[in-house]
Amino acid sequence: MSHLAESKLKLAVFKFASCDGCQLSLLDCEDELLTVAGLVEIAYFLEASSTIVKGPYDITLVEGSITTPHDQQRIQEIRRQSKILITIGACATSGGIQALRNWGDHQEFLKAVYARPDYISSLASSTAIADHVKVEYELRGCPINRHQLLDVIRSLLAGSKPRLPAYGVCVECKLRGTVCIAVARGVPCLGPLTQAGCGAICPAYDRGCYTCFGPAYQANARSLIQHYRSQGITGDSLIPLLRNYNAHAPEFRDISSRLDGKFPLPMTGT
Amino acid sequence: MTPSRTIQVNALTRVEGEGGLHIRLKGNVIEDLQLAIYEPPRFFEAFLRGRPLNEVPDVVARICGICPIAYQMTAVHAMENALSITVPHEIRQLRRLLYCGEWIESHVLHVHLLHAPDYFGCTSGIQLAERFPQEVTRGLRLKKHGNELLEILGGRAIHPINVAVGGFYRVPRREELARLIPDFQWGLEAAVAATRWVAAFPIPEMSRPYDMVALVHPDEYPMNEGNICSTTGLNLPFDEYENVFEEEQVQHSTALHSVYKQTRACYHVGPLARVNLNFDMLSPMAQQVAAEVGFTVPCNNPFQSIIARCLEVVHAYEEALDILQNYRPFAPARQNAAYQKAEGCAATEAPRGLIYHRYQVDEQGKVTFAKIVPPTSQNQRQMEDDLREYLPRLIHLADAQVASECERLIRCYDPCISCSTHFLKLTVDRG
Repeated sequence: MSHLAESKLKLAVFKFASCDGCQLSLLDCEDELLTVAGLVEIAYFLEASSTIVKGPYDITLVEGSITTPHDQQRIQEIRRQSKILITIGACATSGGIQALRNWGDHQEFLKAVYARPDYISSLASSTAIADHVKVEYELRGCPINRHQLLDVIRSLLAGSKPRLPAYGVCVECKLRGTVCIAVARGVPCLGPLTQAGCGAICPAYDRGCYTCFGPAYQANARSLIQHYRSQGITGDSLIPLLRNYNAHAPEFRDISSRLDGKFPLPMTGT
Repeated sequence: MTPSRTIQVNALTRVEGEGGLHIRLKGNVIEDLQLAIYEPPRFFEAFLRGRPLNEVPDVVARICGICPIAYQMTAVHAMENALSITVPHEIRQLRRLLYCGEWIESHVLHVHLLHAPDYFGCTSGIQLAERFPQEVTRGLRLKKHGNELLEILGGRAIHPINVAVGGFYRVPRREELARLIPDFQWGLEAAVAATRWVAAFPIPEMSRPYDMVALVHPDEYPMNEGNICSTTGLNLPFDEYENVFEEEQVQHSTALHSVYKQTRACYHVGPLARVNLNFDMLSPMAQQVAAEVGFTVPCNNPFQSIIARCLEVVHAYEEALDILQNYRPFAPARQNAAYQKAEGCAATEAPRGLIYHRYQVDEQGKVTFAKIVPPTSQNQRQMEDDLREYLPRLIHLADAQVASECERLIRCYDPCISCSTHFLKLTVDRG
C-alpha cells in the first residue's frame, strides 16, 4: 500500500443476481484500468482481486438484483458500509431479466429447473436495489456503458456531481446519422421510450431498440404502443419487446401488463 | 482422537460469479469437500418458454457477461438445426471470427488479470502490473483487440446485438473489419510473446488421469461444430450428448453437476481438453510456439491450462487475421425459414469448454422447452475431484494457505459461476 493509500477513496464492487457483465465493464476499460486503480483504493472487488479491505467504503458499485432472503439482508449491510452507493446495470436498477419470474409461478419455475426445489432458497420476485435501500446514482444498461462508468468515477474523484443523460435513444440515433427504422421501415423500435447511453447500436445494425437502458425519463409508452398497434403490430410481439431486461421498470411493467391483462407479483422489498 | 479441522473459502475470488469452498479434514483424511456455487438461481430455462425464438440469442447472452457469444452461438445453431436452416460459408466464417474475438478477450483476461497473479503471490492483475508493467499492459492491449472485434461484428463486446438465428442483422463493411488488420498483426506476435512469458512461470507439477471431452472437427480447430470426443475414445455426434451425459443436483450447490450417465464419473472440459484432442488442428504459429516452449500432448497437468489458453489465443489471432484479410461483404445477412413445430440442439466450445443447448419450438416460433448446459457445471465435479487429489500435499500448511492453494487450482478452470445456475430438469439426487 502506498503512502497515499489512506487519502484515496475506497472503492467496493458487490454482486447480486446477475451475469457479471457490468462489473466486467470496469475490467474492460483496458486503457484506463491501471490509471483508475492508481487513483482509488480497490478495497473490495472479488472478480478482480483477492485483497479484501473492510468497509466503510467511499464509493460502492452494486451489480445485480435482489432475489434471495439472504441478499435482502446483505444489501442493508452494504448500504450501512457505503457513503455513495451506485447501482450498475439493468439488474440492479430494475430487477433485470430474472424479474420475468414476477409474472410467472415461482414454485413452478423452481420445479422446472431443480429436482429438489427444497434445497434452493429464492424469492418469488426479483427487484431493484433501490426498492430496498437508498441509492445515490443509477447507471442504466444491460450492460452499462463503461465510458459512463468512468465518467461517474471521474466526477466523484473531482468532487462534482455526475451527469447522466436524461434524453432518449432517438437523440443518439440522430447524432449517429442513422435513418429512423421505425419511420422509414416500420420496424417496431423502442428507442423513443429508452434512455440514451448505449450509443443507439441496434438501429445502426438494422434492428429495433429492445430497451437495454430502461425507460427514458419522459417516456410516453402508451402513445408509442398505440401508434405501433395502429400500424398492425400485435400485442403478442410488443409484450416480449417491452418485457425483457428492464421488464420490472414501472413504465414497461405497466404498459406490458395493460397489453396482456396479467399483472406481476407485488414487490417483496423490505 | 484427532480433532476435525475446517477450512473454508467463503467467497472465491478472481472468478466470474460467486462460489465458496468447504473442506472438512480429520487428521489427513478428507471428511468432506464441497465446492459450493451459491449464485442465486435465475431460471433462464423456465422463462424462455413462450418467448419468440428469434429473441433467444439476446436472452441467453445474459446468462454470462464474459462469454455471451458462446451462449448466443449455441442457441442459434440449435434453432437452425431445429428449423433446418443451413448457412452459407460467408456467415460461417464471420461466426468463427466472432468466436475468435470472444476467445481472445476471455482467455487474455483470465491469463493476465485473474490467473497469472497466482504464480507471483499477487492478489490481482493490477498488483501484478507493478511487477510486470510491460507484460500486463501488453495483455490489456490484446484483450482490447478481442473486445474491438466483438464491438464491430457484434455491436458491443458484452451482450452483442448483431447475432441472429440464420446469420446476422447486418454484415460489416469491408473497411470496418480491415482497420483491425494492423492491430491483429501486432497482436499475433504479442500473443506469441505472452505464451513464452507464461510458459516460464513456476508451474506446479501435477498429473491427473483426466477424461477430457471436447468437440473434434475433421477440418478445423473446433469452435462451433464437431463430434463430441474424449481422450478415452468417445466419439459421438453432438445430438447424442444427452444419451451419454446428464446433470444431477447436489445439496451444497445451486449449480448442477454433469456426469457420465452410466458410470457417474466426472470429466474435464476446456482449453486443456481442446488442445489435447485437437493439437494437430492448431494454427502453424500456435504449434510452433508450443514446440518452442516444450508444451506437448497429452498434457494432464491442470496448472498448464494457462499455456493451453495462450496457445488458443495465438490460434485465434492467426485464424482471425486470415478471415479479416479475405473478408468481402455479402447479402443477404441472414437465412430465413418458416416456423414449424420442431426440436434442435447444438454443442459449441465456449472459452471454458463444451456448452450444450436444446430447444423445442412451436408453429408460431415460440419456445416450448429449453435446456442449457454450461461448461462450469460440467467441470464442477472434476474440480472437486482434483482438490481431493491435491489436498494431501497441502495438509501441513496453515489453513489460510491451504485455502489459497485450493483457490489456485480452481482458478485453472477459469470457472464462470454466473453461468452455472440455470439448468432445466435434473433428476437424480444421491444425497
